[in-house]
Amino acid sequence: MIRSNMRIIVCIKQVPDTNEFKIDLETGIMIREGLPCVMNPDDKNALEEALRLKDEYNAEVIALTMGPLQAKDVLKEAMAMGADEVILINDLSFAGSDSLATAAILAAAIERIGHYDMILCGMQAMDGNTGQTGPQLAELLNIPQITYLKELNIIDNTVTATKWTESEKYTFKLNMPVLLTVNNELNDPRIPTMMGVMKAYDEAGEKKIKVWGANDLDIDIEQVGIKGSVTNIYESCLTHINRVSTIIEGEDEKEMAKSLAMKLSELNLI
Amino acid sequence: MNFDFNEKQLMVIKNAKEYTEKYLAPGVIERDETSTYPIDAYRKLGELGFVGLPYSSEYGGSDAGYLEYVLAVEEIAKVDASMAISYSVATSLYAGPIAGFGTEEQKKKYLPPVLSGKSLGAFNLTEPNAGSDAAGVITRAEKKGDRYILNGLKCFSTNGPLADYFFVVASTNPELKTKGLSGFIVEKAFPGVSIGKIENKMGIRSAQVSEVIFDNVEVPAENLILEEGKGFMLAMKTLDSGRMGVAAQGLGIAEGAFEIAKNYLKTREQFGKPLYKNQYLAFKMAELEMQIEQAKLLLYKAACDKDTGKPYTISAAKAKYACTNAAMDVTTAAVQMLGGNGYMREYHVERMMRDAKITQIYEGTNEIQKLVISGGLFR
Repeated sequence: MIRSNMRIIVCIKQVPDTNEFKIDLETGIMIREGLPCVMNPDDKNALEEALRLKDEYNAEVIALTMGPLQAKDVLKEAMAMGADEVILINDLSFAGSDSLATAAILAAAIERIGHYDMILCGMQAMDGNTGQTGPQLAELLNIPQITYLKELNIIDNTVTATKWTESEKYTFKLNMPVLLTVNNELNDPRIPTMMGVMKAYDEAGEKKIKVWGANDLDIDIEQVGIKGSVTNIYESCLTHINRVSTIIEGEDEKEMAKSLAMKLSELNLI
Repeated sequence: MNFDFNEKQLMVIKNAKEYTEKYLAPGVIERDETSTYPIDAYRKLGELGFVGLPYSSEYGGSDAGYLEYVLAVEEIAKVDASMAISYSVATSLYAGPIAGFGTEEQKKKYLPPVLSGKSLGAFNLTEPNAGSDAAGVITRAEKKGDRYILNGLKCFSTNGPLADYFFVVASTNPELKTKGLSGFIVEKAFPGVSIGKIENKMGIRSAQVSEVIFDNVEVPAENLILEEGKGFMLAMKTLDSGRMGVAAQGLGIAEGAFEIAKNYLKTREQFGKPLYKNQYLAFKMAELEMQIEQAKLLLYKAACDKDTGKPYTISAAKAKYACTNAAMDVTTAAVQMLGGNGYMREYHVERMMRDAKITQIYEGTNEIQKLVISGGLFR
């Protein structure tokens, strides 16, 4: 059994589609112009997990994003997939926020939403790849967190969450509310139905997007944006990795295995 | 005049592409070889609301239009032309006459099962002696009380072996020829409906095409669409729309083969340079690119005509002609450009070339399209 009014907040981010991305070879900086934007892949898995819980337990799903007005696109996509409510946090003073400042803004927005049982976040965004925003958000809200979620079960008010590391499997039991971060190993995000698409990308869909600015949130402007960010990018450059492949030849498997072991040993790898 | 897609259309394309990559691309060569139809992929197509794209949500549709629908067929045909025709037959040829001319009861009963992907629908007009000339239909529907008794044999019915529902054209008055034809909705479950020979085809081998036999089948009179004598008109109007589905299939096949050829020309090197650096091949690609775009514009124009309530018989005929000829021309050129590799199954273009041929033939041969277009000129 589960409470009928379970509410899940999913934090999503619009990111440049890194499959299409190019780097300015002179400056080492990503060329943003003309780059299509997409929902961050891990966040899509987080949304899918929330929608799975919606299908199973009739949970309410709220998708939350911070970004420019253009980020409405990922909220429409979330609506098309099945999110009940979508919120864009948008304010000029938020621009340039690092992960900690972003977490502070998301925390303020979540405080404004009020009641919730679960927060789902993508493990990391494919543009910055810090993997920090989710954990920082949990700390700011002072709720338990499990990162790298692999399995999830809910009984009553208790979440059983399993995560794997390279060598171990951990299973935790926690009381809600909790924050969980997920990646693409958890599930396979659904394709939205065409009816969902027609509704989300309609005028009515556009109107369903709530837009909250700094004035709508209980937040200190000094703590967010570039001013409030504790990390700054000092330098950005390209690294070059030269891969060399070696084919080991020999009379039989035993001999080949032996020479492979020798080579690995020479390189101090074993 | 605006040539941009709106957000909804862009999302239809994006999601149709995703659906195709996920559910159709794996195993497409094997399905062609073994003539296997991916029924689960069709069910998913219905669940996602693609089959119902141009119809009202009251009947299980998605409240979009014909343009959105042809965009989806096009994406699917880039990879799997068999599913594209199966989809087009369900949406245009089976659901079309019911959604366009059926009673409220007929729409409520017979659209949702097919649009949702639970069942397949098929279209039965063609008979051994009634191809381009529908006046040759001899399948008979005789009225007896509140039923019609159906007897006859239909052939080349796409989805036939798998369908639970059929739109059937039969004669209620043979003396009147085409004016004596009537359209019925027939359930596979009605006693006396059976599947005859399943065809062994040159292309679209994963699609299932068969004879459908009616042996003293009792069809309730309420399953007659409109009234007696409207069957020919229903069939012709239905085919006008269906031609856009076939056009989208042809266009998708052309685009799919074009992309494969383009990538091949960029990566394959002979005489110390990539193939595309040979001007003959590059210019040939320029010609094919133009042919594809011309065909595409004709198709989108036809779909917009239908969506905005304009006459579309002629524009659909032009689209069908241009898109399916593009399919044949581009796939044939693609096989040639890939050389020996192009002749081999794993490179896909040989299948696309076999699939392309039928698009010039069914739902009105391209000669019939010229008849329709010239008929409009000298009316």
